[in-house]
Amino acid sequence: MNSLAVADAQLAARHRAGRRFEVLLWLMTAAGVVMLVLLLIQILTQGATWVRGSFLTGVASIRPERAGFLPAIVGSVAIIAITGLVAVPVGVAAAVYLEEFAPRNRLTSIIETNVSNLAGVPAIVYGLLGLALFVRALSLGRSLLSGALTLAILVLPTIIIASREAIRAVPQSLRLAALAVGATRWQTTWHHVLPAALPGVLTSVILALSRALGEAAPLLVIGAASYVPFLPRKLSDSFTAMPIQIYTWSAMPQAQFQNVAAAGIIVLLVVLLSMNATAIIIRQRAGSKLKW
Amino acid sequence: MSELHEVGTIGPGLRRRRGRFLGEEGIRLGLAAAAGVAIVITLGIAITLISEALRFFAHVGLAEFLFGRKWAPTFKPPAFGVLPLVAGTLHIVVGSCLIAVPLGLGAALWLSEYASDRGRAIIKPTLEVLAGIPSVVFGYFAINAITPLLRKIMPGVDVFNSLSASVVVGVMVLPLVASLCDDAFRAVPRALREGAYALGATKREVCIQVLIPAALSGVLAAVVLAVSRAVGETMAVALAAGNLAQLTLDPRQSIQTMTGFIVQISAGDVAHGSVEYQTLFAVGLLLFLITLAMNLIANYIFRKFREEYE
Repeated sequence: MNSLAVADAQLAARHRAGRRFEVLLWLMTAAGVVMLVLLLIQILTQGATWVRGSFLTGVASIRPERAGFLPAIVGSVAIIAITGLVAVPVGVAAAVYLEEFAPRNRLTSIIETNVSNLAGVPAIVYGLLGLALFVRALSLGRSLLSGALTLAILVLPTIIIASREAIRAVPQSLRLAALAVGATRWQTTWHHVLPAALPGVLTSVILALSRALGEAAPLLVIGAASYVPFLPRKLSDSFTAMPIQIYTWSAMPQAQFQNVAAAGIIVLLVVLLSMNATAIIIRQRAGSKLKW
Repeated sequence: MSELHEVGTIGPGLRRRRGRFLGEEGIRLGLAAAAGVAIVITLGIAITLISEALRFFAHVGLAEFLFGRKWAPTFKPPAFGVLPLVAGTLHIVVGSCLIAVPLGLGAALWLSEYASDRGRAIIKPTLEVLAGIPSVVFGYFAINAITPLLRKIMPGVDVFNSLSASVVVGVMVLPLVASLCDDAFRAVPRALREGAYALGATKREVCIQVLIPAALSGVLAAVVLAVSRAVGETMAVALAAGNLAQLTLDPRQSIQTMTGFIVQISAGDVAHGSVEYQTLFAVGLLLFLITLAMNLIANYIFRKFREEYE
């Protein structure tokens, strides 16, 4: 009787501990969400009233109430477009090679190790590479083109890894069927594997480019300008970008510039969120259409 | 022999096919070249960092660089001891991991063991959004929200301090830890959990005594990757932690990390070939080697200590 009561008490204690543990885990999970909410509240309360026409269409100014974001917006859009034009073909081609063509040999495994290690290299190190290679060695200067090429190198490993996953998700039966009726490897890839993998590849490309859009460190290192009162017109022009401009404003001692920084962040986050939303929509559409 | 000759002469159909195979070969080579770019980039990083760093070490001894306790490369006379920068980076690593590892691990356990499908469908994308917010935004948040809060609740906190930077870097790294640990827990086979439940274990006991040991390789790899990310984290630290390269243990004070130094020097226009220019690459090389080592260790842990289930 007595030992049963002890066992009961022990069990009750274990269940109590279990409930406490569940609450603790829930609180830990909620902490991340709460941080995100606090972050958004801080940005909106500080910057929402500063996002207005003159901010979106104006250029840099030393007076916070006249500071504009347009050169940064144009710079970011131009950089990301060029980054995509360079990195996407190379990245997808590399992914196709590694998934569909590469023999299982030493060279292939060296390439694979390289890609995964490159994905872990801090962004700022890519900036140093860009500084030495594009700005100095190739004499492209502190230009839009140098920035875009640096970011292209930065996103390449991400694009390769994510595109490989999308290509790998295409069922083997599709390849075998094409090969069985006499298609070559490339015909199989071009006509069957790539179209089937396209939504996944697009999603990964958009996510990689949205990461590049928020990246400030490598652009700072290659020498993005902090004060650009004009719009870039040529590839050789000096430039600024949204995250650079936000950094510059945040680093200003005057309190008013923190509001301007918050306004810039709102614009940046809206762009990033719409890119991510596009990626999610593409993924869901593809998921509902293709069933195997 | 005559049959062989007949095989050797090819008709138009076969010729077309051979053309097709030649085109195929060209495409294959083109794709292989694209994949080879990865090797070229790695070599490019290694060569640029090492060659500029070698020029730096022509001026400054390796021992002076690695063990010197004073970092003032732009002063006269300059001092090139990198320890204060390494110590600054350690501040951020320790502080951010104290936040990211427990919270990430807890969130991963909740996601994989406790969450309903609906809860998972809400929390997972939210953490992904958190992971997608640019570093510079967290820097702004540290300056405008975390530091004022810290200064209110704690005496002696500087305007720029390593604590606020550590907090935001911890929040930035949290989704990475949560996602990797979640994957590790979900890879543990159901039979292991069911076995423990059948013996009367509570959910908490299953989590602590079965899941964490079974997924330990994944969890440890996640921690090492979190450290690597914190080491390379730049913009938030450059904004919130200040520019004071000093050896201190006090997280309320201003520090400078390796990444923060690179940003500070880059922001000014450094002359090509000057010693300042070369310090960028020496510090960059050290940063690259540290993160590379971390990533290799994470890989090794993941492979070596992996519990294999069929």
